[in-house]
Amino acid sequence: MSTVVGARPALTWAVHIAVFVLVAIWTIPTLGILISSFRDKDQIVTSGWWTALAPAERNLVVRAAAPDDAIEENGRWVLRGNVFGEISGSVSAFGVSIQRPTEFSAGDTAETRDGELITIGENGDYAISYPERPEGARGQRLFVTSQEPPKFTTDNYETVLFSEGIGQSFINTLTVTIPATVIPILIAAYAAYALAWMEFPGRALLLATIVGLIVVPLQMALIPLLRLYNDIGVGKSFIGIWLAHTGFGLPLAIYLLRNYIAGLPREILESARVDGASDFEIFRKIILPLSFPALASFAIFQFLWVWNDLLVATVFLGNNEQQLVMTGRLRELLGSRGGNWEILSASAFVAIVVPIIVFFALQRYLVRGLLAGSVKGG
Amino acid sequence: MALSQTTAAPAASESGFASALTTFVTALAVMAAGLIASIAVAVAVYAAFDFVLPYTKLLNALLVMVLGVAACFGYFWSSNKLLDTIYPASGAQIVSNITKANAIRPWLFLGPALIVVGIYLVYPVVNSVILSFHGPNGEAWVGTRNYEWLAQDPAFRESVRNNILWLIVVPAAATFIGLIAAALTDRISWGNIAKSLIFMPMAISFVGASVIWKFIYDYRPAGEAQIGLLNAIVTGLGGNPQAWITVPFWNNFFLMVVLIWIQTGFAMVILSAALRGIPEETIEAAVIDGASPFQIFYKIKVPQIWSTIAVVWTTITILVLKVFDIVLAMTNGQWGTQVLANYMFDWMFRGLDFGRASTIALVIMVMVAPIMVWNIREARKGIR
Amino acid sequence: MAGVLMKNIKKSYGATEVIHGIDLEIKTGEFVVFVGPSGCGKSTLLRMIAGLETITSGDMYIGDERVNDIPPSQRGIAMVFQSYALYPHMTVFDNMAFGLKIAKRPKAEIEKRVREAAEILRLTPYLERLPKALSGGQRQRVAIGRAIVRDPKVFLFDEPLSNLDAALRVATRIEIAKLKESMPDTTMVYVTHDQVEAMTLADRIVVLSAGNIEQVGAPIELYERPANLFVAQFIGSPAMNVQRAKIEKAGEHTTIALGRHRADLPIPSPAGMAGQEIHVGVRPEDLTIASNGDGLIDGRVNIVESLGEVTNVYVDVENGPEPIVVKLPGVQRFSRGEPVSLMAQPAKMHLFNESGRSLLYL
Repeated sequence: MSTVVGARPALTWAVHIAVFVLVAIWTIPTLGILISSFRDKDQIVTSGWWTALAPAERNLVVRAAAPDDAIEENGRWVLRGNVFGEISGSVSAFGVSIQRPTEFSAGDTAETRDGELITIGENGDYAISYPERPEGARGQRLFVTSQEPPKFTTDNYETVLFSEGIGQSFINTLTVTIPATVIPILIAAYAAYALAWMEFPGRALLLATIVGLIVVPLQMALIPLLRLYNDIGVGKSFIGIWLAHTGFGLPLAIYLLRNYIAGLPREILESARVDGASDFEIFRKIILPLSFPALASFAIFQFLWVWNDLLVATVFLGNNEQQLVMTGRLRELLGSRGGNWEILSASAFVAIVVPIIVFFALQRYLVRGLLAGSVKGG
Repeated sequence: MALSQTTAAPAASESGFASALTTFVTALAVMAAGLIASIAVAVAVYAAFDFVLPYTKLLNALLVMVLGVAACFGYFWSSNKLLDTIYPASGAQIVSNITKANAIRPWLFLGPALIVVGIYLVYPVVNSVILSFHGPNGEAWVGTRNYEWLAQDPAFRESVRNNILWLIVVPAAATFIGLIAAALTDRISWGNIAKSLIFMPMAISFVGASVIWKFIYDYRPAGEAQIGLLNAIVTGLGGNPQAWITVPFWNNFFLMVVLIWIQTGFAMVILSAALRGIPEETIEAAVIDGASPFQIFYKIKVPQIWSTIAVVWTTITILVLKVFDIVLAMTNGQWGTQVLANYMFDWMFRGLDFGRASTIALVIMVMVAPIMVWNIREARKGIR
Repeated sequence: MAGVLMKNIKKSYGATEVIHGIDLEIKTGEFVVFVGPSGCGKSTLLRMIAGLETITSGDMYIGDERVNDIPPSQRGIAMVFQSYALYPHMTVFDNMAFGLKIAKRPKAEIEKRVREAAEILRLTPYLERLPKALSGGQRQRVAIGRAIVRDPKVFLFDEPLSNLDAALRVATRIEIAKLKESMPDTTMVYVTHDQVEAMTLADRIVVLSAGNIEQVGAPIELYERPANLFVAQFIGSPAMNVQRAKIEKAGEHTTIALGRHRADLPIPSPAGMAGQEIHVGVRPEDLTIASNGDGLIDGRVNIVESLGEVTNVYVDVENGPEPIVVKLPGVQRFSRGEPVSLMAQPAKMHLFNESGRSLLYL
């Protein structure tokens, strides 16, 4: 359409802006998690992630040292200390009463009703001088507004990978995903070849039945299979979940692959037959290499599906430390660490980074697969 | 159908029941032999490695993975080898051997698929139906009591209501936004990048997406700094912060946003392909007829991709019926957000009532199946 | 080396019979071409020789061996497909070597045979390329090379030139003719719908129609003495003109009445046929245009196609719905509606009885 004479520039701009807004809405949520996962855990809860690059303003309430510890200096009793503990920052304002927490700027001297002189420097050093020797163990309350420089850290990742069990879950997910992707492809490809190019009675009926099974929702299969697993002693094992994912993925895999394999040029297969190749050789040397695009698109489907699956993993793999997969761990963290965004955001990012890499690297095949059989509803 | 004849060997020459039975038994025997052999080798290798190597989790996982895949490949290789050994394609018996091998081989190729599909899909459907007439542990026969219970269960009604809400909102919103995105991104130079980014959430798990959006919806009491984007915007505009996912009724919509966010990219990709498949001439004809870009879109393009829109819509509808992870992760069905799939999960694991859970699963199946059947038929017509 | 023998070969798909009992002997070293319109069964017949289609009934022999149940790879045949059917993921070398590798031949032998075939077909520079990097003609040569490597007893071609453009088609046709010369003992069976290929390549042509053999013979024999109307009109371009006529006198010479004209032809006819309605055929190139009124058939010029080397004149005639085509040498000028009279050499006319069979073969 861009070649048509007289295109309207205003409309073109509107399109650019509209797409930009859409893209923004679709990427900002993920960006938020990504940025937060690298922020200091205290800063995450005190300021929005979109202010991550600006200095964070914090309101601290600090109790000064006990008046008993005051030392005599030039006739007055003085207490010295620093309002910051381990954290650093710079004081922009302070106050001595809760009503007016930002009454004085850093470096100013405040005088209380009792005649105490309080001063807090920018670096957080405070000095309280009493006219007479003070008594008591409760220190003076100081209200400090501090500016902290933005802090970025990989601590969150270290925490989740090594002490929150995400590392183990990552391995578990990998252990589930790779065979649960390869096995159904292998099984489906052989079946698809048989259904596309081999002669046997009942072929059409069998194909229809297998494709028809795409309608069975996953939920349906859970209880019977769980009981079956328990009865025959498979229990909660990797083999059990591989086969479960294989079973649930097979109808779609066979459907997609059969369509593709049946569309390969018949003459090529005949030529191989004239060349003396058996069915097994034709499959390995001709069909498999030629079906690569279809195999790849199904592989990506299945990979994303298995990697992201929560339901099947929850049911067929235990919730124990050794077997919990990433989605399960994430869900558990959402429950137990609902407010700890430094852990949640880092965990979430660890969980989504692999599928996102796969997605961007192999998008072409994914799109092709979607177009070939947009029927899987999960 | 792709073809009718592939080999020179005629169908079983000694016709009749006996030969069919021989074929069947031989196929089963070869299959079993291949299967047992490959599994035995895998187990043996595992045992050997396990014995030799120091046991570490990663190594163990790797080994299990490799052996699992190898056993699968081993089956196909060994069963075919076995068949070729029993019926070699040479010697005096060549014709009859080839005939017999050709009758058996398809079943070797199909065998694993049939077994797996049988166990994982066919058996569960039958078993679920049976279980739905049984009590909590699946033993006592309770007749239709589970169905009666379901009919008057308020939580079930809430789930159905919410599911219907999801069904109305999510497919419509995702398809509509996807269509707009497809139409717009096709017109600009950086459209492919935009598409990738809008499509990206598709790669994110529902749980991951739930975490992402829960962060957007995060709530802090008024006066504190809001770290959730939505509340920050609301307070920035002078409103009061809300705990969005607990707001009755409306919280459903905040959950739906997550799924819409995930599914829009899917709709966009399919519809974009459909839009590009429209014959250029029809659009050029409309331009010459003086149609505006909007008229071209709504009167020329959309009607031509109507069947694809329908496929996208129903595909998302099916997904919505089974939506589970988002509700489980965001609210676990609290604050009036229960849906069928999560409710079933509830009865399965917390209620420990397999009978009731199976009944709910059947309800989901009954709702999904017709749409799915229609969808597959439509997809075959429309896209190919 | 071996020929091919078919005895009452039939083929059915379900209840539909598509090949109705073919008897044919192809001698060792012979180049036989199957021609016929689409759907006549010529490809099916070839594929039955190859073993890619089962034979419903009858016997197929290659050499002395009955091959009905022998798989393709063990029949000693090689086949060149219409779409080349190259393995797209293998190099030219691997394409040609595939069959030998499957047969587990020693590496050195594979290497030698592939190199030889590549040399013959001038493919040596391309051996490491993938098929997609080759032109159409080169791909077809690879397909032929793949067949040569197999060193077949019977070489089968299934419309090998139909995917090539006109110029390449001629070149490759000549190449195949040379190939045949260099392999005098190899039997070749070639399927085409293009009669030029059939006429130029064949030792013998088999004309098929609707699952039956119409005629088997040397190319010139089919042209000069077609056995029936089908063959007469199938061979030759433009097709033979056919008119209704009546035999007035039968015998050594035949006198026919064609419209209001009468002609005495040096063609024998069975005595009993006097008075019968027949079909008279005459090829466009055997017709000339006479000065008005002297010819055998009168008509008016309808369309003139000037091709430079020849001019095809379509003449509307009174006693036939179809125009008669006249093929005249060089450039000729006619105006539309111009009355003309057509003349034919009596010896080059063809007579067919009511059911379409040539009187020569009765």
